[in-house]
Amino acid sequence: MADIGVADPLDLREEGGALVLRLSGRWTLDTMRRLDRELRATARRPIHRLVVEAEGLTGLDSAGAWAIRRTLEQAEARGAETELRGLSDAYRPILDKAVVPDPRAPVAPPSRTGLLAPLEGAGRAVLHAAHVGRNLAGFFGYTLVTLGGVLVRPWRLRVTATVAQMEATGLNALPIVGLLCFLVGIVLAYMGALQLKQFGADILTVNLVGVAVLREIGILLAAIIVAGRSGSAFAAQIGTMKVNQEVDALETMGLSAVEVLVLPRLIALIIVMPLLTVWADAAGLLGGSVVALFLLDLSFAQFLTQLKAAVSFWDFGTGMLKAPVFALVIALVGCYDGLRVSGSAESVGRYTTRAVVESIFLVIVLDALFAVAFAEIGI
Amino acid sequence: MTGAAPPQDGPAIEVRGVVTRFGTTTIHDGLDLTVKRGEIIGVVGGSGTGKTVLLRTIIGLQKPADGEVTLLGETVAWDGSSTEALAGRFGMLFQDGALFSALTVGQNIQVPMRECGGIPPQLMDELSRLKVSLVGLPPDACGKFPSELSGGMKKRAGLARALALDPDVVFLDEPTAGLDPIGASDFDELILDLRRALGLTVVMVTHDLDSLARICDRIAVLVDKKIVVGTMEELTGSQHPWIRSYFHGPRARAAFDRPALAGAQE
Repeated sequence: MADIGVADPLDLREEGGALVLRLSGRWTLDTMRRLDRELRATARRPIHRLVVEAEGLTGLDSAGAWAIRRTLEQAEARGAETELRGLSDAYRPILDKAVVPDPRAPVAPPSRTGLLAPLEGAGRAVLHAAHVGRNLAGFFGYTLVTLGGVLVRPWRLRVTATVAQMEATGLNALPIVGLLCFLVGIVLAYMGALQLKQFGADILTVNLVGVAVLREIGILLAAIIVAGRSGSAFAAQIGTMKVNQEVDALETMGLSAVEVLVLPRLIALIIVMPLLTVWADAAGLLGGSVVALFLLDLSFAQFLTQLKAAVSFWDFGTGMLKAPVFALVIALVGCYDGLRVSGSAESVGRYTTRAVVESIFLVIVLDALFAVAFAEIGI
Repeated sequence: MTGAAPPQDGPAIEVRGVVTRFGTTTIHDGLDLTVKRGEIIGVVGGSGTGKTVLLRTIIGLQKPADGEVTLLGETVAWDGSSTEALAGRFGMLFQDGALFSALTVGQNIQVPMRECGGIPPQLMDELSRLKVSLVGLPPDACGKFPSELSGGMKKRAGLARALALDPDVVFLDEPTAGLDPIGASDFDELILDLRRALGLTVVMVTHDLDSLARICDRIAVLVDKKIVVGTMEELTGSQHPWIRSYFHGPRARAAFDRPALAGAQE
């Protein structure tokens, strides 16, 4: 064991039935890295008496002090007598401080392992989702009540904030929404034209693009882009204010966070979303007409004539009906997740991600429900 | 971490002619400071005099417009290369703890230990529990996330992490602010114990006059974009108006008139 000689910081000897540990040199974390295992093994040896001679120590840090104390304590726990000799007074305080009151205190967060872990995780997730659903409904109700209050006393509406939000969520989103819908319109018309050409029905490409863009693509793309752009911004803005205790400051001034922070965003998005949808529809149809012009030799006027015959008002109307509902969902989820932020900056990121995922999920689920409902009532 | 080598001679920190500017505002103008090994030095100064900036300059986070800094014999380069060479030899306690929020307190303390490599996991766990109790936190704080701790507890956890590798030099940015008086005086004791056992060098920015009086060997005052260093007695006799009002204000008298003052001058 002790085979290095003079430089060895730990010298083990048996002396008259006692195990003597002679320590020398600097007992620091660097030394303990090598000695830790040997010391643990030493403390497990069946001995009656353990003597630690510390005259030779020239340096001691808390890691070294802990190793000495642990060795003594472990030997005592096994019923051995222990003695610490020759410790310099300079090292006494650090040894006295090297105490671990609860050696079983957890260091890492509890990790769930084993066969039941996925089951437990699934159960937790379901309960969590139910919880979020209930709280979101509660938040919706509370926001409606506040909205009612503002409608009765309209001067309480923060007009400047609302208009600023309309600019941020609507006006600034025009380029990206327009570009994406234009491109999707091109893709849709192109794929449709290729397939329909096979049985000479290529003129029906216009019907396909018209109905698909007006009913689904326009509103759905607009809603998903807004959820990614603005839903996340709502969560991050409000969440950061929550972390900085700005929301608490509002409350102590007697201001309602929902009235000051949520309502302007909600109202702005409900106004802006139908407008964005019209814009998205137009861009999608324009994409379709470009393909029609180059692939089907259909002039712009011919495209419009065919479009007029192909779509009814309700193809456009269903998209418009969905827009304010999706706006409501996106704004509510974004603001709700923002207000759920607590503690650290890390949770701002977590809830922002969650806001985007939840609102896109809800938008698509609602879209499916709308499709069924519209089919039932025949529009 | 000190390693097997005996401590080298020479000053722990040497700051020569440091000039720091933010835009057109000059914070430090040719500032000199020498910190001896094993010394506890307090840095004081009015708001905006660049106390924290000075600490950041010394540890290599803030590049000054001019000047030179030597930390533990290494010339600080402000491009990360010297920080690597000095890894583990100094620790820094930031004002709000600056704990990694995704890790528990225990894991935070283990970050520098993991970096240095080769330490058995069991020993790392024990040492992180030890540091937690060393700074006066309850044992269960070890498994908690920073967001679950109060401001004062975060500060202690930050200190535990700064002490993780038993560094030669620790920099403390307002360590006792936000601690209750008992906690603050325990903390002072802890610093003295660590210095006695390890020859720890401590640079602390503080406004805690009790700490200054009890544990600081010398005090560095940032005035007129430069630094005035002296023992408590020397500075008390200074004629500079800011230093005079600092050391002769009512709070200062209350702190310095106590018998503990004698102990600080040992």
